[in-house]
Amino acid sequence: MLQIQCPYCGVRPESEFAYGGEAHIARPTDPSTLNDDQWAEFLYMRTNTKGVHAERWRHARGCNRFFNALRDTTSDRFLAFYRTGEPRPVLAGGKP
Amino acid sequence: MSAFRTATGGRIDRSRVIEFEFDGVRYTGLAGDTLASALLANGVHLMGRSFKYHRPRGVLGAGAEEPNALVGVWRDEARYTPNLRATTVELYAGLKAESQNRSPSLTVDKGSVNSLLSPFIPAGFYYKTFMWPKGAWKSLYEPAIREAAGLGRAPRLADPDRYGNRHAHCDVLVIGAGPAGIAAARAAAAAGASVILCDEQAEFGGSLLADPTAEIDGQPAAQWLAASLAELSAASRVTLLGRTTAFGYFPHNHVGLNQKLTDHLDKPAEGAIRERLWQVRASQVLIAQGAIERPLVFPGNDLPGILLASAARTYLNRYGVRVGEQIAVVTAHDAAYQTAFELKAAGAGIAVIADVRADVDAALLEQAAGLGITVRRAATVLGTTGKLRVTGLVLGSVSGEAVQAGDTIACDAVIMSGGFTPSVHLHSQSRGKLEWQPALGAFVPGEAAEATLSAGACRGVFGLAAVLNDGAAQGAAAATAAGHGAGVRTYQASEAARHGGGFLGALPQPGGKPGKKAFLDWQNDVTTRDIALAIREGFVSVEHVKRYTTNGMATDQGKTSNMNALALVAATLGKPIPECGLTTFRMPYTPVTFGSFAGYSRGDLFEPVRRTAIHDWAREHGAVFEDVGAWKRARYFPRGGEDMHEAVNRECIALRHGCGIFDASTLGKIEVVGPDAATFLERLYVNSWANLKVGRSRYGILCREDGFVYDDGVIARLAEDRFHVTTTTGGAARVYAFMEDYLQTEWQDLRVWLTSITEQYSVIAVQGPNARRVLEPLIEGVDLSATALPHMGVATGRILGVPMRLFRVSFTGELGFEVNVPADYGRAVWEAIFASGESHGIVPYGTEAMHVLRAEKGYIIVGQETDGTLTPDDAGLGWAIGRQKADFVGKRSLARASMQTADRKQLVGLRTVDPAVVLEEGAQIVDSPGQTPPMRLIGHVTSSYHSAVLGHSIALAVVRGGRARLGHTLYVPMPEGDIPVTVTSTVFYDADGARLHG
Ligand SMILES: [Zn+2]
Repeated sequence: MLQIQCPYCGVRPESEFAYGGEAHIARPTDPSTLNDDQWAEFLYMRTNTKGVHAERWRHARGCNRFFNALRDTTSDRFLAFYRTGEPRPVLAGGKP
Repeated sequence: MSAFRTATGGRIDRSRVIEFEFDGVRYTGLAGDTLASALLANGVHLMGRSFKYHRPRGVLGAGAEEPNALVGVWRDEARYTPNLRATTVELYAGLKAESQNRSPSLTVDKGSVNSLLSPFIPAGFYYKTFMWPKGAWKSLYEPAIREAAGLGRAPRLADPDRYGNRHAHCDVLVIGAGPAGIAAARAAAAAGASVILCDEQAEFGGSLLADPTAEIDGQPAAQWLAASLAELSAASRVTLLGRTTAFGYFPHNHVGLNQKLTDHLDKPAEGAIRERLWQVRASQVLIAQGAIERPLVFPGNDLPGILLASAARTYLNRYGVRVGEQIAVVTAHDAAYQTAFELKAAGAGIAVIADVRADVDAALLEQAAGLGITVRRAATVLGTTGKLRVTGLVLGSVSGEAVQAGDTIACDAVIMSGGFTPSVHLHSQSRGKLEWQPALGAFVPGEAAEATLSAGACRGVFGLAAVLNDGAAQGAAAATAAGHGAGVRTYQASEAARHGGGFLGALPQPGGKPGKKAFLDWQNDVTTRDIALAIREGFVSVEHVKRYTTNGMATDQGKTSNMNALALVAATLGKPIPECGLTTFRMPYTPVTFGSFAGYSRGDLFEPVRRTAIHDWAREHGAVFEDVGAWKRARYFPRGGEDMHEAVNRECIALRHGCGIFDASTLGKIEVVGPDAATFLERLYVNSWANLKVGRSRYGILCREDGFVYDDGVIARLAEDRFHVTTTTGGAARVYAFMEDYLQTEWQDLRVWLTSITEQYSVIAVQGPNARRVLEPLIEGVDLSATALPHMGVATGRILGVPMRLFRVSFTGELGFEVNVPADYGRAVWEAIFASGESHGIVPYGTEAMHVLRAEKGYIIVGQETDGTLTPDDAGLGWAIGRQKADFVGKRSLARASMQTADRKQLVGLRTVDPAVVLEEGAQIVDSPGQTPPMRLIGHVTSSYHSAVLGHSIALAVVRGGRARLGHTLYVPMPEGDIPVTVTSTVFYDADGARLHG
């Protein structure tokens, strides 16, 4: 079981959290201006990253807040936790 | 005293004789014995039959590495535990054990014919042979294989014992309480770290328990051990867990420990916890698992009486048992010499020491000569003699590439050593890398994936002083890494055994060919020929060879077999070992019972049950319940022997003619509050909300962004800034999360707050033409008349003095109300309404009648009519969409051309031509009769019932282009033939809604 650091509550076991998919995919402000391909891109296409992945988590059995995390999908290590709305952190060593 | 028990020594209690039973024969042992040591003391080596060939087998080891001696231990019929290693079963008075894989008995086994047939059942046999004929698998092969194979049998009764579960956190978890682990725990504790030290054995000490002459810091090792353990038990921040196996290493330093609490007791206390699962989260994990001796691989190496030299030393020094009278030693490692010397001193004859090596330390040779023991160097073993017990060892000699046959040495036991394999199981489970150390001929822990350190023999450090000092240093390092600075101390130690040598692979055979029945993996019956065959057939990856031959699989996880198999693969392929790689170690390290994993989650505690405030009333009134998610819901209320069909018919008719009362408390309820509450719902739901007046409600539909119906429910506006949103019972939690998602991550500009109030309100639906008359006398402050509170009207007031939210809504098509009161008053209000209704013919009805009543009106149930691919329009709910809205969740997807084609599946009603026929829900629909598969399927039945009020069956269905087929005849193909149906409107009853608005 992973350990996850809720930015509001602290470190808690994974069983308190719900996964929320890839982060930083903003809903278009006016979807009607998008053509079908652009809308499908927003709706369905995800990066399926091997490596550092920005993803959403919700502290479902805690404060119920959504937040973001950077996780290395090859090692299951979390590299950073940050609040919704904050920019994706730049990791030491300049890796995105 | 038995012939094989020494006169003195060992850690058994010679004053406490214990009676036990093995395969129906009574024996005695001593307190402190394991089942294996007690049997050996009685001269019993034969303890099991092998898995595949049913070959007779004795013990190979003395601990968790044991692959052969798997036994079932019977306390009572419910407490039968199969597949226990006799080497780890602690003896208790009255213990009853039985061997496995044999019928009828260990000495006469009809399955051993497999051994004669072994040329025909090589590796991959199961994959190749039972492929044909097709039908024979179920009827012939599977039953036969199940009878012949398998490891043990399951107990025949439910497990009556309790199993515990505990979470723990510590700075340093030390796994293994041998010299390295104890030194590490002392170092970490001295630095102030919180420490958990666990060991799978009953007694802490590891190798020290079998080494009576070792000395540490000038005192006998046993004294040092006792003093160290006393010091650790006294330390407040140290937890010692004996009989506790670290079986699995999970991400983020999460380690699973299985603690056995009562299996060693004569009579466990009633209700005592039998095993406890510990989930430890450690900032640092220090592995001190030790090393496991490797067997040597030679023909006939699996006869009872042939075992590891280190095991023989443990039996001698810890349990006071000689493994034989005349013992032959085959070794490639120095340590076996000391065992031979100690056995000799204890009165056993040493027939020979056959050393695989040409060069042997002169001191050892001298010591052997002094004791009158013959040593053969550059030796190999060509075979063994004996049937149920080894009687002789056929030696050979090696000179360069040539192998020459030699003589047969008579013996009643063979002890062997191929050197020691560091136990890297847990390090590997944690995804740590392994490093090949050529000088050692072993893999040792390399780069760690977790906050892991290893100490002692499990990382290739051998020799008591080196092991202690490594433990101390690594323990201090772990404490430092966990934030407790520590100094490093050193130990002085001496021991008699020497540590040098080792051998990997199979001993040389004449002509360089693999010998017969030279076992690599005792538990899975894998021989050198199986490996050769697998490689010949093209399996060149060790992972593939493992699966094809089953080497290192199952409960054994290759503890004694992995390295020899790998060396053999490498040699056959002509590649260096590190290039071949090692197979992955899987959890569990040793088997863990299901009881331990289940813990408290059994029976009533298996899953939490949700009950409404009215649940007990329903139970007292004979309700039959159904599970809806975690909820128990009353399904129907049978009277006087009614079946469900009769009860539902009665409930429906009574409601349509009088009044029904229904517990709708499980409906999800979310209060949406704030100045932007209406805007929030505008953006989320397909409907318009800005124009909804206070005191009114509206049926809302929620789509996902993909445009498909996700949930529905009535939403009431209680104030300008306050909405009471209802969801489906099953959708409550996910709709709430869905709302929070948009609110927190997309629309942070909105001032809206969400509160789940599902549990806070009891919801009592009162439905039927008499509903108003039933409620009126109880209600204060609300005018129930049709003009004051029309259909979809909402009011707040009091009922019996209790604050109430009253919705005039109907899921039945009749005049209806839903009374929302605080859950604590739910039952009292329910009873009052029921009492008031008795003169109006009120009946309680359940979910089954509710389903029929709503289907008569064509009201959908999300998840029954919809399946995640229906748009609101497909479900006949296009009217609800706020067309003038610029956006809502799902709107853009609904604008796609494919979401609007005429041949989408649309919700329609179906009537069977024969009114008595009730269609099967889920049945497929075709447009012409007499088709044979493959048919063109154009839809399916989503709901189907007998309607008592209409006197015929009704059904809802989704059908391609369904609304354009009104009046058409379609067909539901069933095994008995096509059922003709007519496409109708979805509304079967009171189409103009006169009753609803009454
Ligand atoms: Zn939180």
